[in-house]
Amino acid sequence: MIQAHLSLLLVVIPLAAAPVVAILPRGRLPWAVALIVTSVCAVLAGMQLWAVVHDGVISYELGGWAPPWGIEYRIDAVNAFIALVIAGIAAITMPYALLSAEKEIPEHQIPLFYSAFLLCFTGLLGITQTGDIFNVFVFLEISSLSSYALISLGRKRQALTSAYQYLIMGTLGATFFLIGVGLIYSQTGTLNMADLTARIPEVLALKTIHTGFAFILIGIALKLALFPLHLWLPNAYTYAPTVITVFLAATATKVAVYIMIRILFSVFPDGFVTATPTGDLFIILGLAGIIIASVYATYQVDVKRLLAYSSVAQIGYIALGIGFASASGLTASLIHVFNHALMKGALFMAVGSIIYRIGACRMDNIQGLGRQMPWTFAAIVVGSLSLIGVPGTAGFISKWYLVLAALNQQAWIAVVIILIGSLLAVVYMGKVIEALYFKPATEKNLSVKEAPMLLLAPTWVLVVANIYFGLNTELTVGIAGQAVQVLGVVAK
Amino acid sequence: MMELIVGHYNYWIAIFLMMVGFYTVISRGNLVKKIIGLNIFQVSVFLLYISMSTVTGGAAPIITEGVALYSNPLPHVLILTAIVVGVATTALGLALVVRIKESYGTIEEDEIHERDHSL
Repeated sequence: MIQAHLSLLLVVIPLAAAPVVAILPRGRLPWAVALIVTSVCAVLAGMQLWAVVHDGVISYELGGWAPPWGIEYRIDAVNAFIALVIAGIAAITMPYALLSAEKEIPEHQIPLFYSAFLLCFTGLLGITQTGDIFNVFVFLEISSLSSYALISLGRKRQALTSAYQYLIMGTLGATFFLIGVGLIYSQTGTLNMADLTARIPEVLALKTIHTGFAFILIGIALKLALFPLHLWLPNAYTYAPTVITVFLAATATKVAVYIMIRILFSVFPDGFVTATPTGDLFIILGLAGIIIASVYATYQVDVKRLLAYSSVAQIGYIALGIGFASASGLTASLIHVFNHALMKGALFMAVGSIIYRIGACRMDNIQGLGRQMPWTFAAIVVGSLSLIGVPGTAGFISKWYLVLAALNQQAWIAVVIILIGSLLAVVYMGKVIEALYFKPATEKNLSVKEAPMLLLAPTWVLVVANIYFGLNTELTVGIAGQAVQVLGVVAK
Repeated sequence: MMELIVGHYNYWIAIFLMMVGFYTVISRGNLVKKIIGLNIFQVSVFLLYISMSTVTGGAAPIITEGVALYSNPLPHVLILTAIVVGVATTALGLALVVRIKESYGTIEEDEIHERDHSL
């Protein structure tokens, strides 16, 4: 029973729970319900991935209407993998959310906060589950609208302006996507992605299809925060409540990466990316993003903003893998989606613990805190090592595969820039560690205590995962490899 | 040439509205005007969808005796969903503008910028 409706339950459970949570009384009950919902979804997503890996593609017909007329949820190794990343991160974020949200969100807004969180979660999971391209637009807007609301809940008033800025850019992106879908629909007469795969080759030469493709590309690139369309991201991540920064940094852009990969390689035929300038565009923008965003990160004084710029740089790595349009490049991208969720999740959580204690995270506020908060500091150190790509951490695995992919294409410049990006990561994370450990503590900071257990535990789950997936690559590389096979990208 | 302009007049209208909306979003500093621009931009896409669904000589998609050719009803349904999304976006955007006005005392972008940096 559960097995048969697995794919639908993943979307329906959080969707149904969201309004229930909104009307619950204040206190810890809304949090408890959200915790249960996200944990159940994480287990279901795990079951779904297991089922897909062992039994092949799941096709779920919504309401019993056969595709391509009805909406189909079509799950293969690619989206089952991404769904597990999202549900897993949400389930790890929830225990962290309790104290962090109590500190940062006004008490009367707590039930609504968790309600909006669940809606955002629904939208993100929905994007991964659905096999209908218009449905993608709807879920994209569900997740975006709730994340605008969540970002605006930040304590500073800049949270409002950054939410507004994100709303304008996000809506433009979604509308571009809608135009693209419409143009492609006008030539193919279908919205089902599997059906589109079959019909697009016949009309591939038409200008309308190319125009639609370009619109979709720009639309998702905005959501993806691909350099230079990343302008909304640093503000949104800096001023959002910490929990939301953790969750969005680890999931929202990853879902956009998934939908980009799905459209480039699954909906459009193999070779289209390399036949058009799309691949080169991704490589150039990816490389530019790595360098420029990393340089920006080195002179930030707010640690959250520094990490936000680093996220833009990391998206550059992912874009680079997509741009290579080869099996090894895509494998690297998918591995980095997973590993980046782990490292940025851990880093933002650790920085959130500092904010929990001292209420700020500017370089001059955090001086000398490393000795007062040893566990939080250790988490930041491991997270930084992973971000840099030191062997033994998850970050090394993704960089390794990305460099291999670049070498396969004999893209020497890309190899050099990947390494320069790592060096710049040493510089900007070094600044954070220097301020935390090597600068003498200010008088105020001497009395600061270690973060509470409830914040440390989820942080360390992610830190340990960073090391575990740096040593044991069977799961990530195996599933990413299988996912690439599903996409049918010819090995290069 | 004439055929290109007259025959595709629905596309020209959509493109015109799209550019008007897009330009408003980019060029205006007033936050409410930006949302109006965003709305025009979205509506142009709605019109594009709906005009595309017309089948030459087709009747309205309601089953009637003696009619064999209907327009495509699917884009209408899609756009109903998109309109709902657009309304929700506008409502959220305006709610944010109200909150911004409360905490900054202005809804002009450059003045907001100034007040953030003068602190």
